[in-house]
Amino acid sequence: MTTETTPVIPLPAARIITAVGAVATTASAFLAWTWTSDFPGDLTVTGYPGGLQWLTLTAGLLTLLLALAASGTPGLRWAAPSRSHNATLLAAVGAAAVTWFTLIAISVELGGLANLEPGGWVAGAASLVALLGALSLPLERHPDGNFGGLTKKSDQPLPAARQLPSWAEVLLIIAAFAIGLFVVTFGLDAEGGELFVGYLITLGFAVAALTRSGLTARLRGLTTKHRQVTTGAAFAAAAAFPFSQTSDQYTSVAVNILIFATVALGLNIVVGLAGLLDLGYIAFLGVGAYAAALVSGSPASPIHVQFPFWAAVLTGAVVAMIFGVVIGAPTLRLRGDYLAIVTLGFGEIFRITMNNLNGTTGPNVTNGSNGIPRIPDLQILGFDLGKAHSVGGIELGRFSNYYLLMLLITIVVVLVFSRVGNSRIGRAWVAIREDETAAEAMGINGFRLKLLAFALGACLAGTAGTIQAHVQYTVTPDQYTFADALPPNSAFLLAAVILGGMGTISGPLVGATMLFLIPKKLQFLSDYQLLAFGIALIVLMRVRPEGLIPNRRQQLEFHEADIPAQAVPAEAAATKAGA
Amino acid sequence: MTTNTPVLEASGVIMRFGGLTAVNDVSLTVNSGEIVGLIGPNGAGKTTFFNCLTGLYVPTEGTVSYKGTVLPPRPHLVTQAGIARTFQNIRLFSNMTVLENVLVGRHSRTKEGLFSAILRGPGYRRAEAESREKAMELLEFAGLANKADHLARNLPYGEQRKLEIARALASEPGLLLLDEPTAGMNPQETRAAEDLVFAIRDKGIAILVIEHDMRFIFNLCDRTAVLVQGQKIVEGDRETVQNDERVITAYLGAPLEGTSTTEDSQ
Repeated sequence: MTTETTPVIPLPAARIITAVGAVATTASAFLAWTWTSDFPGDLTVTGYPGGLQWLTLTAGLLTLLLALAASGTPGLRWAAPSRSHNATLLAAVGAAAVTWFTLIAISVELGGLANLEPGGWVAGAASLVALLGALSLPLERHPDGNFGGLTKKSDQPLPAARQLPSWAEVLLIIAAFAIGLFVVTFGLDAEGGELFVGYLITLGFAVAALTRSGLTARLRGLTTKHRQVTTGAAFAAAAAFPFSQTSDQYTSVAVNILIFATVALGLNIVVGLAGLLDLGYIAFLGVGAYAAALVSGSPASPIHVQFPFWAAVLTGAVVAMIFGVVIGAPTLRLRGDYLAIVTLGFGEIFRITMNNLNGTTGPNVTNGSNGIPRIPDLQILGFDLGKAHSVGGIELGRFSNYYLLMLLITIVVVLVFSRVGNSRIGRAWVAIREDETAAEAMGINGFRLKLLAFALGACLAGTAGTIQAHVQYTVTPDQYTFADALPPNSAFLLAAVILGGMGTISGPLVGATMLFLIPKKLQFLSDYQLLAFGIALIVLMRVRPEGLIPNRRQQLEFHEADIPAQAVPAEAAATKAGA
Repeated sequence: MTTNTPVLEASGVIMRFGGLTAVNDVSLTVNSGEIVGLIGPNGAGKTTFFNCLTGLYVPTEGTVSYKGTVLPPRPHLVTQAGIARTFQNIRLFSNMTVLENVLVGRHSRTKEGLFSAILRGPGYRRAEAESREKAMELLEFAGLANKADHLARNLPYGEQRKLEIARALASEPGLLLLDEPTAGMNPQETRAAEDLVFAIRDKGIAILVIEHDMRFIFNLCDRTAVLVQGQKIVEGDRETVQNDERVITAYLGAPLEGTSTTEDSQ
């Protein structure tokens, strides 16, 4: 049920105002906004955008594109399959928000409005003109949606997509992932807090606008059609990341994101599939890391052995799995909240035990709070991951090596998750999550399968832990807490799974990336960092309660809204035939 | 049609919850090819008795045996042995598709483990394809084949009941326990359910059914047992049960002293 707003300004005029505003916003990014290069990003150059101006430029162009496409401009209609001006409005709001955010940031940082050059005022005015125009366009409202129902999906199904040759569709998917890689790289490399906040604002509104325009749905149609190409392109884009970097500075962030995301995916087996709320999951990452550190040949390790890479990974995985079984066997008899409390306790027990195995309060195994330092770099088949190597003329540093190794492990985890999730075992897990009593009545040994989920999750986290130990040189007990300002920790892992989308593969990966980047880039707020992060989480959950990437089953639910109309007569006929 | 090999033998089943005896010394036999009804007023202990049979409750006393072997009181082992059940208040896996629900029902008849799922060898694929084929056959049988990809929770009520039966049949049971299969159905749907129960019986599956709809029970059942306050008061064919005074008393209440009508009419 949607209603259309009645525009104040007649439609042709509104269109022209929006388009002119969007063009002016885009153009204003080329002007000087301030007089001094003290503001990060150098916004003083006329004729070339810098820093935050790129974001205004992008948002302005997007507004223009969507405004023209939604008005049915020939040649641009592909950009807005839903023909909805709500998308235009969202883009215009994004452009205005990021522009005014920049102007305010300049004034606050440099001390007063006097620091704005005329170019800045032009940009601010232009973005408001575009916003005014977009508000006067005919908009659909949904009575029960967020923000006056402007973002809610339209009731009308999208018109059928034009048939393209399959090579063109594959090219589109690859292009989409290339854009995705660029967007993520931009966020990772964003210097300074202002640029990152502006990036978040632009990204949020751009994604909302593209979703509302129907373009994301089109893309999803393509990716489901060419599943293997999509997976391949996703990993190719991820593998291309280190090659896009000039220094190792941001690959070190990326490798940590990858570790965090892989562990989140492992947790998704436990939480998302089997429905077991595990608040101490970080302990398994710690078990894997400690196991790898002990057999790494570090001089601080009481065991003076140096395992080869494959054996170290196997050790970490197996030891973590054994811990999973040992912890799971007594705790998995509990359900729901009780399980959550007990796992929380076990997570803390792990950390405290590692602290106490220091030679004074217990046998010396882990060096207590000092941890195990000086873990040597991995050597795989004579290849030293600690040294920089040149591939095709591009220098890949230490973190790039580890990034690519970790990516391989992520691929394995993704493969395990997708194959197990869609099998007899995975179905049994989902059945247990849905209704354990009914699942047992179907012949499922609930306890055994829950233990299996726990052990598999622990095993995957342990594998990631072995790499983490080598990447960070040192393992200490304090890396494995329940909650902290920075990931990875149990609370963040769970948040990544829930924010990203439970039971999906891409959900926790996306969620983990965001949860890693946001607090890291908000560090400039110092005391207010956690407050800002909390607000960001609340906004995310308010806008997308089902997670950033909803489950296939939830998609099915949306999809099914159109089906019953045809299905009901068939059912009625069946009933009559039966009678 | 009824042969006399017993499929289910419950003997002296007693279930106490603290001071309350919910099921008191109930013995019941179901022979192969039989449809047996279990009726009784609300709170008589019918569902509790079902739960004792399926291992959901551990009976305080008494044994339950299936085809001569005593069943361990664990639900999944009972299902593995060959007893399937449905629930009084539908308990489908509501966020799974119709087909997936039935595939879960096949869990005890397949054995592909974690590693074969990861490796996806030819054996795994064959077993998975076979499972899907059998599940589709069952959906066809229950008249739900065209809804295989729908979410279970989006099915109308009557079809959810049918799906629960199809899911139970997927475990290839020798005995099916139905807990109020027609609750909330209109007469037409009830008639369709009767046909379905007969069709299941014709597959060679014995059935024990709890029901409040007397017409349904007497149309279907070869024998009917009546449970009142945890005790089996009578068991027999339609005539025996309908004319039993204790049954009438249990359902309609005892006549008041002095204004007794039953004695007058005799």
